[in-house]
Amino acid sequence: MAMRTPLKTARQLGSAKEGADHFWKQRVTAVANLVLGLFLVWLIASLVGADHATVKAKLANPVIALGLLALIVSGTVHMRLGMQTIIEDYVHKDGSKIVLLMLNTFFAAAIALTSVYAILKLSFGG
Amino acid sequence: MADASSKPVARPQRPLSPHLQIYTPLINMVMSILHRLTGAALYFGTLLLAWWLIAAATGPAYFDYVSSWFSPWYGQAVLIGYTWALFHHMLGGVRHFIWDLGYGYDLRTVDQLSWGSGALSLIITGLIWLGVAFARGGF
Repeated sequence: MAMRTPLKTARQLGSAKEGADHFWKQRVTAVANLVLGLFLVWLIASLVGADHATVKAKLANPVIALGLLALIVSGTVHMRLGMQTIIEDYVHKDGSKIVLLMLNTFFAAAIALTSVYAILKLSFGG
Repeated sequence: MADASSKPVARPQRPLSPHLQIYTPLINMVMSILHRLTGAALYFGTLLLAWWLIAAATGPAYFDYVSSWFSPWYGQAVLIGYTWALFHHMLGGVRHFIWDLGYGYDLRTVDQLSWGSGALSLIITGLIWLGVAFARGGF
């Protein structure tokens, strides 16, 4: 006899209470990174050996700055999710797992914030 | 009901599930492992991107200092390695998208996709850096 109400189906969140959220975010950011990663390769390749003034002018270009900001946001979300999976696969002690998962979040946030700060400074910092 | 966290019980010696070392390496398995390794490499490699952006935002002197780390052979090697990791992971992602959509599951296609993405990542990396060297008058 079925003891469950249709509520679980309606919520579609399953036992982990987040449903396919991790999977889906990983895919959405992966699609974004596909385009933005190619953009980054083009950007870096075109700036190899360039002096500071050239690099600064290029990174201050609004289109390039926006592309980089998008890459930073999408990339750091994607890499945090990926590293979370690696940690959950290999680290089974609760203590170390919780610490590593926190460090993972801090690392991704630190990369995101410092990069965004640098890009904004290049655009608006004069 | 049984309490899993109560006192340890002497367990019968059951066979353990086989792990990696028992299998002949197959190309899709190797590519899967490399996908994870390149992902981890890209993760820590973002430090270099952040460092470069900060250097550009800081000023000419610090930018020149950071650039001096990327100019010698070892700096170039890191950049070439990072390019390869990026394309390997990117093409691996495309392969996973194809599988996510439900295509390409017959063994022949699995092998072709795996070999193809691996080979293509090397070719693209080579072409990009040959192009950079050529554009800078390296030839």
